Amino acid sequence: MDVLLLSRLQFAVATFFHFIFVPLTLGLSVIIALMETKYVRTGDETYKRMAKFWGKLFLINFALGVVTGITLEFQFGTNWSRYSEYVGDIFGSLLAIEASVAFFLESTFLAVWVFGWDKLSPKAHAAAIWLVAIASNLSALWILIANGFMQHPVGYVIRNGRAELESFYDVVFNSFGLQEFLHTVSGSWMLAGFFVMGVSAWHILRKNELDFFNRSFRYGMAFALIFSLFVALQGHTHGNEVAATQPAKLAAMESHWETRKGAPMYLLTVPNPSGEGNLIETLPIPYMLSILAFSDPNAEVVGLNDIPKDERPPVALTFLAFRAMVGLGTLFIVAAGLAWLWRNKLQEKPWFLKALVWIIPLPYIALDAGWTVAEVGRQPWIVYGMMKTADAVSPITTTQAGVSLFAFIAVYSLLGAVDIYLLRKYATLGPEA
Amino acid sequence: MLETTWFLLWGILWAVYFILDGFDLGIGTLAPFLAKDETEKRTCLNAMGPFWDGNEVWLITAGGVTFAAFPKAYAVMFSGLYSALLLLLFALILRGVSFEFRNKVDSDGWRKVWDACNFLGSFLPALLLGVAFANLFRGIPINAQGVNEGGLFDLLNPYGLLGGVLFVLMFMEHGALWLAVKTQGALHDRAVRTAKGLWPFYVIVAVAFLAYTAVETTLFANFLNTPALLSIVLLAVGSLLLLRPFIGSGKILLSWATSGVTILCVTLFGVLGMYPALLPSSLSPEFSITIYNGASSTLTLQIMLGVALVFVPIVIIYQSWVYKTFGHKITQEDLDYHHAY
Repeated sequence: MDVLLLSRLQFAVATFFHFIFVPLTLGLSVIIALMETKYVRTGDETYKRMAKFWGKLFLINFALGVVTGITLEFQFGTNWSRYSEYVGDIFGSLLAIEASVAFFLESTFLAVWVFGWDKLSPKAHAAAIWLVAIASNLSALWILIANGFMQHPVGYVIRNGRAELESFYDVVFNSFGLQEFLHTVSGSWMLAGFFVMGVSAWHILRKNELDFFNRSFRYGMAFALIFSLFVALQGHTHGNEVAATQPAKLAAMESHWETRKGAPMYLLTVPNPSGEGNLIETLPIPYMLSILAFSDPNAEVVGLNDIPKDERPPVALTFLAFRAMVGLGTLFIVAAGLAWLWRNKLQEKPWFLKALVWIIPLPYIALDAGWTVAEVGRQPWIVYGMMKTADAVSPITTTQAGVSLFAFIAVYSLLGAVDIYLLRKYATLGPEA
Repeated sequence: MLETTWFLLWGILWAVYFILDGFDLGIGTLAPFLAKDETEKRTCLNAMGPFWDGNEVWLITAGGVTFAAFPKAYAVMFSGLYSALLLLLFALILRGVSFEFRNKVDSDGWRKVWDACNFLGSFLPALLLGVAFANLFRGIPINAQGVNEGGLFDLLNPYGLLGGVLFVLMFMEHGALWLAVKTQGALHDRAVRTAKGLWPFYVIVAVAFLAYTAVETTLFANFLNTPALLSIVLLAVGSLLLLRPFIGSGKILLSWATSGVTILCVTLFGVLGMYPALLPSSLSPEFSITIYNGASSTLTLQIMLGVALVFVPIVIIYQSWVYKTFGHKITQEDLDYHHAY
């Protein structure tokens, strides 16, 4: 394997792993903040215990999220030095702003929240978790503005042999980045909802602290329901943005080969990338792809065969990841809808409670599938239309990249296993542990 | 002017990181030798408890600012020091999780594993940061293409290693003093004795490093050209010498602050000596990455300066408040607290 492939694998391992922990942080911080606010308003101790119990799980999860984030920032320099040099003027400043504006706030006030239960007034203590929740989501905003630049570069000019900032406003208000932010954050809040609902369901099944877990369940249910719907609706707008800016990615997402107007969507498709077509294409919904992509049944959708071969993303992976994301997204709406429908008779549906426990990992898979669409679908570009991934890699040796990839896999697997073990242990022990 | 301002800010950010996380890394390095029982081990961890994560963000900001203000320096430095940097990152990962994981399973074996991670994750970064910065002072074999022709083991030259030892001692001294600030009783006394015991070695290594720097590097050239800058060197030496009588008179918080001044001046001495290079090449000065060939565009530097001038003071204000709120001496009550490490 060469340095390029090893570096890509390493970045994929590091990002996917990091992103196992980030979404729960984004959503659960808000849920805990709401619980604690309710405690401050009503003085009801149950809400305080809820904030503490979910807070403990939050912290176990946060530990790995924070330490794995540092390596991501530094990997742009270690493995993608030519990229860093070429777009650092824009991309680097977004990461630096993220650190100074958001990450300081998040890390500092999380510690205040953790150690401050007896030292701060209840209001000040609740303010600390709100600051954590706001800062972690603000952090996501800056990171996704940075990623938005890689997806759809704007506000720059090529000068002095690199991309230089021309309009900070255009970079920050890049609609692609803002769409990504809405999509990622609503998906994350939904994930946190299913997490809280699933863990609560496990305890309700065992009749542990029913009042405590019924109330927690409601918080999870609200988040799962609202944001599974929101992420799907907003996903449509996001899809339009992709169609307008990244035709190759859109075509790969649908394994759409021939350019045509009024393109249908096939419910069952088996791509055959080497044959530049599909093995199976059946069950069409007429005009659906044109509607999805451009909100216009007669719009023309560019097919992969009209995109130069060396500018096409890997079709099979992008296609499968997109189907997985959309399929799971549909399932989440159904599951959250049923939870709402049956919210007052959960005890009579033990099978449903069990199902909710098993659903916990699925939003994680859906979110990582979404990122696969975004990042694999962007290939062969590291910055869409501006710089190819192959031109971005560092002048390091195969041994260096190979050893570090191995180390990443080994250390991350070990830590991931420990973290999931601890999350499971403390989730099942309940609030009295 | 803008480039020079950012160069200074860059140096100051690293210095602040060394001052703040330096005591965490120092306590982590000392804990296995200082803490005699489980209570004392936990006291060491909780002495860093509310602070270490916020401290580490200064490293992320220092890295981010390198990327934002000097992207070419960031690119060449981080890819050129690939193996050392990833080793540093893995060590910091192990340290970070050890805080959270250690008390989550009630087993001596489990705690020993995370104690070892905390030690390694503290000692190794201290050593590596020292080795890396000493090598920056000395120059790295960067060729015309911005590729480091040396490997990981080329960093382990005598000067680089002496820099590593200096950083380890500097952080251990700083950590012992912070531990003394945060504790009472036997552990406090042991921390003070350790700070006193380490001090002569710290002075010897610091003086040796200064002398070796005059021989091995060109850092002193800037100071000889602008003698006013020599005040930084004098302040470094002066604060280091004052440290011992301060500890002796029992003014522990003042001693800790003085140790912080030494760290600040040692860092600034190196950074100002390198000016205008961020990454001097040992092959030819033409290949060095400097503020002239490595900086971001004027627009980016201006925007970033605006961000830094607004947000860094805000960060300093709220982090100072955290130090004030949690700066008290650790008691049994703190250790019994449900969220304590």
